[in-house]
Amino acid sequence: MLQIPVWKRVLILGLVAIGLLFAMPNLFYERVERHNDAVAEVERAGFETPEQAAARAGWPDWLPSNLVNLGLDLRGGAHLLGEVHVADVYRSRMNALWPDLREALARERDVIGAVRRAPGPPDQLHVEIGEPSQMARAVEIARGLATPVASLSGAGSSDLAITASGSTLIVGLSEAERAATDDRTIQQSLEIVRRRVDEVGTREPTIQRQGADRILIQVPGIGSAEELKALIGTTARLTFHPVVGQGTDANARPGPGNIIVPSLEQPGVFYTLTEAPVVSGEELTDARPSFDQNGQPAVEFRFNPTGARRFGAYTAANVGQLFAIVLDNQVISAPVIRDAIPGGQGQISGAMTVDESNRLAVLLRAGALPAQMTFLEERTIGPELGQDSINAGALATVVATVLVVGYIVASYGLFGVFASIAVIVNVILILSVMSMNGATLTLPGIAGIVLTVGTAVDANVIIYERIREELRAGKRVVAAIDDGFNEAMSAIIDANVTTFIAALVMFFLGSGPVKGFAVTLVIGIVTSVFTAIYLTRLMIVFWLQRRRPATLEL
Amino acid sequence: MAFRLKLVPDVTRINFFRWQALTTGISIAAMIASVILVLTMGLNLGIDFRGGTTIRAESSTNFEVGDYRAALEPVVDGDLSITEVFDPTFGPDRHVAQIRIGLANEAGSVTPAQLNEYEAALKQVDPNVSFAAVESVGPKVSNELVMTAVYAVAAATLGILLYIWLRFEWQFALGGVAALIHDVLLTLGIFSLFQLKFDLTTIAALLTILGYSINDTVVVFDRLRENLIKFKTRPLIDVMNLTVNETLSRTVMTAVTTILALLPMLVLGGDVIRNFVFAMLWGVIVGAYSTVYLAKSVVLWLGVKRDWSKPVKTAPGERDDLAGTPFKDMP
Repeated sequence: MLQIPVWKRVLILGLVAIGLLFAMPNLFYERVERHNDAVAEVERAGFETPEQAAARAGWPDWLPSNLVNLGLDLRGGAHLLGEVHVADVYRSRMNALWPDLREALARERDVIGAVRRAPGPPDQLHVEIGEPSQMARAVEIARGLATPVASLSGAGSSDLAITASGSTLIVGLSEAERAATDDRTIQQSLEIVRRRVDEVGTREPTIQRQGADRILIQVPGIGSAEELKALIGTTARLTFHPVVGQGTDANARPGPGNIIVPSLEQPGVFYTLTEAPVVSGEELTDARPSFDQNGQPAVEFRFNPTGARRFGAYTAANVGQLFAIVLDNQVISAPVIRDAIPGGQGQISGAMTVDESNRLAVLLRAGALPAQMTFLEERTIGPELGQDSINAGALATVVATVLVVGYIVASYGLFGVFASIAVIVNVILILSVMSMNGATLTLPGIAGIVLTVGTAVDANVIIYERIREELRAGKRVVAAIDDGFNEAMSAIIDANVTTFIAALVMFFLGSGPVKGFAVTLVIGIVTSVFTAIYLTRLMIVFWLQRRRPATLEL
Repeated sequence: MAFRLKLVPDVTRINFFRWQALTTGISIAAMIASVILVLTMGLNLGIDFRGGTTIRAESSTNFEVGDYRAALEPVVDGDLSITEVFDPTFGPDRHVAQIRIGLANEAGSVTPAQLNEYEAALKQVDPNVSFAAVESVGPKVSNELVMTAVYAVAAATLGILLYIWLRFEWQFALGGVAALIHDVLLTLGIFSLFQLKFDLTTIAALLTILGYSINDTVVVFDRLRENLIKFKTRPLIDVMNLTVNETLSRTVMTAVTTILALLPMLVLGGDVIRNFVFAMLWGVIVGAYSTVYLAKSVVLWLGVKRDWSKPVKTAPGERDDLAGTPFKDMP
């Protein structure tokens, strides 16, 4: 037990050394952070400014540069939990299906009679047919439009659920297709949110899916949740529609195939537009902020070739007509087409500030969200409050360490010094493991580390108390130490496994700060077993071999 | 002889069962009192569990809560509560108010326009005020968070129960879990008594208490098992007393180090984390009590098998009193 082979000694000390090395960057947090930011910037931009070069030189490239991520409660920033309205997509799917269905049904008008879309829930198509006795045929025609679901779990089933009641044919999405669509919607939303957040270039944002239809967004360093919400809460669906008419009644009947859309700039003015857009935001290749001929902020955009062709053809055929630019169901502007616009370039201008034009350009470049998103939870923590918490946490940790070390050394003398070294190494190892895998340190996490300081000593206490007993039982020093370690082992393992269970539960069920706390706790359990058992024993063995004591006071 | 700080003498012979009726009775009475407290006074649930908005307003000058209330009441719909936060870590020019606004609408969140309105209203009475943190939780999430919290505590208790059952005997598992329920109930009780804010981080503290308290109990059980093997014929109550006495020094030592570690966090760690640290500190103290007085009473009451000789595989030169400790060969 007390014969530790050389390779094991090297391994233990080597692990401690690696831990120290990887924890070190955290001592120079700001400097390393500037270095890391500069490296990332340079990589993205492809060239280096003198300031970036200076920031990069602030920390040697060959040293580890991973830092512990500071949680929002420590650094300040915004946290949002958004819910994606996945059902929105069902409606647009149904609206897109209607022309095809109408055409297919109309082709057999002499069998099934006249076809009319009846009012129904938005995620279903209700179609009235003239000859209810021929419903079977109508269902068959509708089935002809269905395609197999493109997902693993739904493979083999059809994407449409078709039923009939009386003279009404009801078409909706099947369960399997809904599941597959929801999944796609969330994936797309995640991707677009990520692009939008990346566009503004904040550091280390967290964007994760949570549960079936939720997205968790955490952006450190951003001023407020409102700013973040303005950025990601906007659907940013840009479409271009022919204008049918203009009026002041929001409830006027728009006529078949038309929609009524309010004007952004003139309250009370409503435009009647054809529902199908000529071109939409998906055809954009670029958008950037600029100024219009009057020097007002504007956004310039460019279409891809298909979009440009369609836009060119439409404008050529409709010179003199009104044309509406619609963003998220509001008419931004409705200019008169003076000329064909063949180049596929255009400009959106209207009452906006420079900031707003910047944001709109970002949103258009990143693409539209497939569905609307609402926010269930938002938290903003100011950077000063975070800094206060760091300072308070750091001070408390130092005082706690001094108290604990004083108490252990007073209780166990030299062996107490060994245990104290082990505890301090333990804290350093926790920080280094967290840095290496980019874990997030939260305020409860700091408390978790402090608690670990208390419990890490526990393993040593169990061992030392056992050694004391063995000594009292009259054993010789080496035998007592040997037995002390052996006998204490099962209690230490059991005690740590139970804490581990609690930490795992927190990790899997918890969110936000609780999760951060669980990560700290789990890492702390593993490192504390290492330092309390292996490192302490190694120190004791070194001491035994140098001093060869005949008696031991513990 | 070198100086050694020993809070517990080397050898103690305290009869922990002398006042068993009293000590167990205190535990049971405290548990019942806690349940009554929670049922009558309820818990001061944070917005995590109840939904709503909290705003932490900080100002460099002194303010009156009444003024803030008067300023906010006309612009806030939903119930409003304002408390001033005092903390030893605040300097003389730091004054903090915690403003809580109940759920006003289904979405549960305040709009940016509302937030600006609130800030403008406060600036009228206190030009130095600013919002340090704003948190807003909708009713949908808060209901789920309540369920998740309940699941988490239940799952952790169940997991620990299973593990102890596998490693020891079912009586030990029940004894350990009885101690856990005791600790959780008493923590809920004190949070209800002082109406401390009960939120997600309190749940984290509660789970940590579970881990810590069972840690304590397991160490005692481990020694109890060892002693049961060693002293096959002594009455169970004697073996238990011996065990608690043998481990008393360690129980006290660990409790004191943990308390020493947590106290500075409680005093210096700032008000944001105070309730969290308080819950843990309270759990450590209650956990030590339940280990010494409750867990083993349950085991004693349930009885435990005395014949531990079955799994012994006495290899030559091996001491048979270690047979029940599967980890003894660990490095």
